[in-house]
Amino acid sequence: MKISKKSSAGSLESSDLMVYLEPMDTIKVEAVSSVSTSQHQKEIEALVKKELKKAGITGAYVKVQDNGALNLTIKARLKTAISRGIE
Amino acid sequence: MKNKLGVKLPDHIDGIGKILPYKGPFARVRGLKKEGLTTTGVKMRSSLPGKKKVFKDLKKVIELSGLKDGGTISFHHHLRNGDFLLMNVMKVLDEMGFKDLILSPSSLTSAHQGIVDYVRKGVVKRICTSGLRGELGKFISKGNMEIPVVIRSHGGRARAIKSGDVKIDVAFIGAPSSDREGNLNGVRGPSACGSLGYAMVDAEYADCVIAVTDHLVDYPNTPISIPQYQVDYIVLTDKLGNPDKIGSGSTRLTTNPVDHIIAEKAAKLIFNSGYFGNGMTFQTGAGGASLAVAKYVADIMEAKGVVGSYAIGGISSYIVDIYKRGLFKKMFDVQSFDKGVVSSLLNNEDHLEISADFYANPFNSGAIINNLDVVVLAAYEIDTDFNVNVLVDSHGYAQGASGGHSDTSAAAKLTVIVAPSFRARIPTLVDRVNTIITPGETVDILVTERGIAVNPKRKDLLENFKGKGLNIIDICDLKKKVDKITLKPRMVEFGDKICGLIEYRDGTIIDTIDQVIE
Amino acid sequence: MKFRTRRTMLYIPGNNPGMLQLADIFGADAVLFDLEDSVAPNEKDAARDLIANMIRFREYENIEITVRINPIDTPYFDRDVKEIIASGNLDAIRLPKANSAKDVKALEKLINKYEEEFKIEPGSIKIHPMIETAIGVIQSYEIASSSDRIDAITIGGQDLTANMGVSKTKEGKEILWARSQVVMSAKAANVDVIDTIFADINDEEGLIEETRLIKSLGFTGKAVINPRQIKPIHAVFAPSKDEVEWAFEVIDAYEKALKEGRGVIAVRGKMIDPPVRKRAQRIAGMAYLMEQE
Repeated sequence: MKISKKSSAGSLESSDLMVYLEPMDTIKVEAVSSVSTSQHQKEIEALVKKELKKAGITGAYVKVQDNGALNLTIKARLKTAISRGIE
Repeated sequence: MKNKLGVKLPDHIDGIGKILPYKGPFARVRGLKKEGLTTTGVKMRSSLPGKKKVFKDLKKVIELSGLKDGGTISFHHHLRNGDFLLMNVMKVLDEMGFKDLILSPSSLTSAHQGIVDYVRKGVVKRICTSGLRGELGKFISKGNMEIPVVIRSHGGRARAIKSGDVKIDVAFIGAPSSDREGNLNGVRGPSACGSLGYAMVDAEYADCVIAVTDHLVDYPNTPISIPQYQVDYIVLTDKLGNPDKIGSGSTRLTTNPVDHIIAEKAAKLIFNSGYFGNGMTFQTGAGGASLAVAKYVADIMEAKGVVGSYAIGGISSYIVDIYKRGLFKKMFDVQSFDKGVVSSLLNNEDHLEISADFYANPFNSGAIINNLDVVVLAAYEIDTDFNVNVLVDSHGYAQGASGGHSDTSAAAKLTVIVAPSFRARIPTLVDRVNTIITPGETVDILVTERGIAVNPKRKDLLENFKGKGLNIIDICDLKKKVDKITLKPRMVEFGDKICGLIEYRDGTIIDTIDQVIE
Repeated sequence: MKFRTRRTMLYIPGNNPGMLQLADIFGADAVLFDLEDSVAPNEKDAARDLIANMIRFREYENIEITVRINPIDTPYFDRDVKEIIASGNLDAIRLPKANSAKDVKALEKLINKYEEEFKIEPGSIKIHPMIETAIGVIQSYEIASSSDRIDAITIGGQDLTANMGVSKTKEGKEILWARSQVVMSAKAANVDVIDTIFADINDEEGLIEETRLIKSLGFTGKAVINPRQIKPIHAVFAPSKDEVEWAFEVIDAYEKALKEGRGVIAVRGKMIDPPVRKRAQRIAGMAYLMEQE
């Protein structure tokens, strides 16, 4: 399954994040965080990739703007964005 | 070599000299007699009757001061984020072609980001300060200075100046009001900031003192915080600072419900600690949960009919209000946190201005904090050994200040750290803090919204708290609880380069600021 | 079983992770994650995913987890129920605009289905119908007694006054009858009864006054919209010292009578029957909670 249209979920509030999805043939994930180091941003990217796999998504360009969200929030926002990005 | 807390240190650093390792909060204080230190002499100055001290041209005065390349200049940070003086002076020094200066202010705020340029240009070679913020902090943490920055506590800075570790060649003192002879105070004028407590030490021990004022008043200017016999020149300027940024009208209590939950618990602990009662002495931080503790402690004092002896520290108008309720007899003020304090300092004889030396210097015959019962302090990070970091942020950058943190926690009978267990996804409670400002052996209690941890060495406190309905748990168990929520603790990668030295109040090195690897 | 009370149920906007993740630290007896009024229509899906994950992973301590879903006549109803039950750790669903026993039955049917689908202990998820229309008030006993899953009913003041065509006042005279009716229905059905929110978070005195009133009417708790409202309400619901002493006397006397096989007992000259004993146990439980706070 691939993302078929642009979508997003979340907010820029503290403890939240914005997830932006765009159609793409493969998986590409880019995360930036206002509270964490670059090492941590890589971990967010890994989490997103794992969740995409679980959801059976094989094509998506994912951008994450994190403001200190817990992992469970990252997962929830990604789930919402995916359901919004699949027709 | 390694210090007592296991921090690896070189024996010697070029540009700084011999490194003394931290050996415990009072190790050097106890052994000081043997060291036989004396206060370094200050250059004797003389003054003929009728000598003119007031000038309009800062350049001219700097020439007269005899400042040389490589010299040490100092400033105070009582004008906080509204300070114009430091950057104005740096501009002039740059124009005059000065190089390799040692910048040694009491602290640096967000008003001082521009220092980065002067370091790049070679005007500034070294920095000694209590705090670092914004771009300057990042610049330093990325390893852009050759010689490590030295971070000192307020008491430690007073000690360093008095002992000659820091020899100030020229002190630039922003003076909210002055007369023609240089009697200074901070309670009058458009840039009024309240106490001049940090500047008092500079005025006493600098070889040359230049007061800069935007408010010249008729002689004599009283009250006299810094006396004319310590001041060599007075320079007139249009504006010393931006009054809106020097301080708000009054300090408001936090509206964050988490801060209130923490503060209420902390107050309940203090009430049950054995230190609560008539004559108690108290210090609390400037904002957030720590100031809120003052509210709840004051409410309990009122309800129980308890009157304390003194409140001390940075004084905010919130503390002044508590005094006005009759809950403390005196206030000692080394630094005023808002404009509401200024009129109290001017008009209230129970509100006393004190120097940093008087406040917290460990090397004198008795600082006021030596009689402190309870201090409430904040933390960026605290570890399972109760070591506290208030300087380095979650990115690994120096973005905070040592302040009076390690001074008061060493001196107070009860040191309470109040902090949320995590901020956004970043846990406050960690295995080992990035940088130790305050050693855990001087910290007694950590209060978070999720539980309270007592330093196991304080068995007496644990006894007092039994059966009081306080949710006290082992600090490691508390950490496990928090880790379950945040899941992945923060990871900052540090390089080998030492970007800064954290000097403990007694002059020994307790930790380092390490280079952040991008 | 641990004594559970619902003096305070704290509303938390459903799409706000910063507040949801802190839900259990404020000392409320229950939290009310909201999918209805505090969530914009185009964010209903996001709030639902977020709340479900919070309940699934956050492991809240010592607190009843309830969720206010969207009403039956909205397109979100079924998804709301499904997703939050799938989270596995839900205690109760608050059903807004419950106008009849039929509404409750409809929710009950869905819960039955999803409890089975997600292997949740059958019957464990409770229903808290929210009475917030004139017809709901009239039907409140039928509603309160329509399902074994109901262990509390609540009244919603804002929507009720709107439905009545009057404005809600601080004094609340306009909903006094409705409050009394809802309390009576709850008592008749033997379930808890939770009052509406007090909107002015800065008026602590007003909050205390209103809480005293609703306590005297028979309400067992109150919904709150700000953590600051929790303490004052708990203080009002705290039993007096005399009440606590009485409660322990009753409990002791009852146990003693039980041991001695006596049927009829009296404390302070008054007969103790099961409802009185129940009240005494409740007071003792409250006293224990207050000691912990």
